[in-house]
Amino acid sequence: MDWYPLLNSLRIAALSTAVVYAVGIGLANVVARAPRLVKGALDVVLTLPLVLPPTVVGYLLLIVLGPRRPVGAWFMDAFGVRLTMTWYSAILATVVVSFPLMYRTARGAFEAFDETLSQAGRTLGKSETWIFWRVKMPCCRQGIVAGAVLAFARALGEYGATSMIAGYTPGITATVSTTVYQLWRTGDDALALRWVLVNLAISSVVLLALNYLNARVRPAQRGAV
Amino acid sequence: MALVVDITKALSDFTLRVSFTVESSHEVVALLGASGCGKSMTLKCIAGIERPDCGRIVLGDRVLFDSERRVDLPPQRRRVGYLFQSYALFPTMTVLENVACGAVGASKGERLARARRELAAMRLTGLEGRRPSSLSGGQQQRCAMARILASDPELLLLDEPFSALDEYLRWQLELELADTLKGFAGGAVYVSHNRDEVFRLCDTVCTITRGRSEPKATVKEFFSRPRSLSAALISGCKNVSRARQVGPDAFACEEWGITLRTSLPCDGPVTHVGLRAHYLDVAPAGERVQVPTGERTQAPAGEANCVSCAVDRVIESTFSTIVMLRTPAGGLLRHELDKDRWRSLGRPANVLVLVRPEHVMPLSEVVPDA
Repeated sequence: MDWYPLLNSLRIAALSTAVVYAVGIGLANVVARAPRLVKGALDVVLTLPLVLPPTVVGYLLLIVLGPRRPVGAWFMDAFGVRLTMTWYSAILATVVVSFPLMYRTARGAFEAFDETLSQAGRTLGKSETWIFWRVKMPCCRQGIVAGAVLAFARALGEYGATSMIAGYTPGITATVSTTVYQLWRTGDDALALRWVLVNLAISSVVLLALNYLNARVRPAQRGAV
Repeated sequence: MALVVDITKALSDFTLRVSFTVESSHEVVALLGASGCGKSMTLKCIAGIERPDCGRIVLGDRVLFDSERRVDLPPQRRRVGYLFQSYALFPTMTVLENVACGAVGASKGERLARARRELAAMRLTGLEGRRPSSLSGGQQQRCAMARILASDPELLLLDEPFSALDEYLRWQLELELADTLKGFAGGAVYVSHNRDEVFRLCDTVCTITRGRSEPKATVKEFFSRPRSLSAALISGCKNVSRARQVGPDAFACEEWGITLRTSLPCDGPVTHVGLRAHYLDVAPAGERVQVPTGERTQAPAGEANCVSCAVDRVIESTFSTIVMLRTPAGGLLRHELDKDRWRSLGRPANVLVLVRPEHVMPLSEVVPDA
């Protein structure tokens, strides 16, 4: 059994989670403190990929990033980098699709954060950066970690947008989910079933990890009083 | 002058207009008022957490806020210690880390040493490694206080420090807080709606009613002689009646249908008269009474106020008896007296109420801004 699809899926999910983690936390922190109107508008835009069919996301990505489209062509000219039909193309798809999960869980955690803790930090002479990293992030860790795990799981299972922007090339762009489809389509049910079992195992581990983190983090999260 | 506050800020249902000073560096000023009157907002403005619309805040020789000169120091540079109602200890840090993060010191070692000293002063030695959530309410408050003192503030702001505590814990903590305040080199502003706490812990009182502050008074003055109706009510005066001045020292009280003489100076337009529930005296009706006169009374003996009232109802309270008395005009007077004293009167149906002239408080109604 060729393990390339699994390795490819894992590296795509890992890299996409790293991107989504940083951007999601940044934007969640901005939106959580934004005025109501801005918040409502940004929230719709940032959550949209969660409810859009992945094929629509894939279509929109191809319109922007395709080799003959403005952004895609510019990347080709400037860096000689092709944005579609490569293994890393899938990262673009999974970033967009898994972003709302990270963003929404982190935003929820930031909104539940007791702002008097920030105020206390300020009156004690602490900088905003210090307060964010030493007080706010540790207090919101539970939500942030949960968001990252969900985003990772979603990236791992991404099929629709990935198949459109990266396609299925064995040994190059093949991921677990596209491989399952391809094997089923070509009638190799036995191998397809093996990949299905691999997928089930990974998903179970991710969910177990999520539950374990929730159970472990919660007692420390209880604030003063 | 240690602190000058003169600020205005429009809030959703009224405008905050607060003006007071902390004169000496050891003075503890109470901001006293009902909940939602703007006390905590005033503290937040002083700390720089909230921004007033206009006005000035000066601490010592440093201008913290001045709308005209466009000065608005960030809270980090105000050097104001803020004891939050919930203490705001950082839940993911240990007790020592909490105190050390506020501590002043050139190196990490110095800051830790300072933190340990403050923890020892607050009798928290041995708890350094604990999380705030595992401390008792009182320990949490002392930890928050240690953290504030470690940051060397010039001014303390205390926001209802006992509201999160059970009644029986309060007394011990109040004694400790009194010691802390005594040992603190700067002034303090104490926000509360509990007048007893204020009486015991503070030097001066500034009342706030729907965002409007009244001129500051010493604690003794404030309780013995409030000037305004709202101050009288906040200070715990249970009996007030609309009143009309009918002589140089006489007021006709509408709700009670009686005219009372006072020996207190009445400056400004008097609209109400206040009588404290504890400062009445009763005698069974029909008895010849020796009218007592106070030492400070200016009214000649015999001119003390004497009103005959019917006993409306008697309520047994924890340590005293509360007697509701129906006045000639129908309005009720609340009288609170020792249980034994009431028993010795033999449960009369009618009584004579004696009010010393120095206990009749002429009050003026402060009309809050629309």
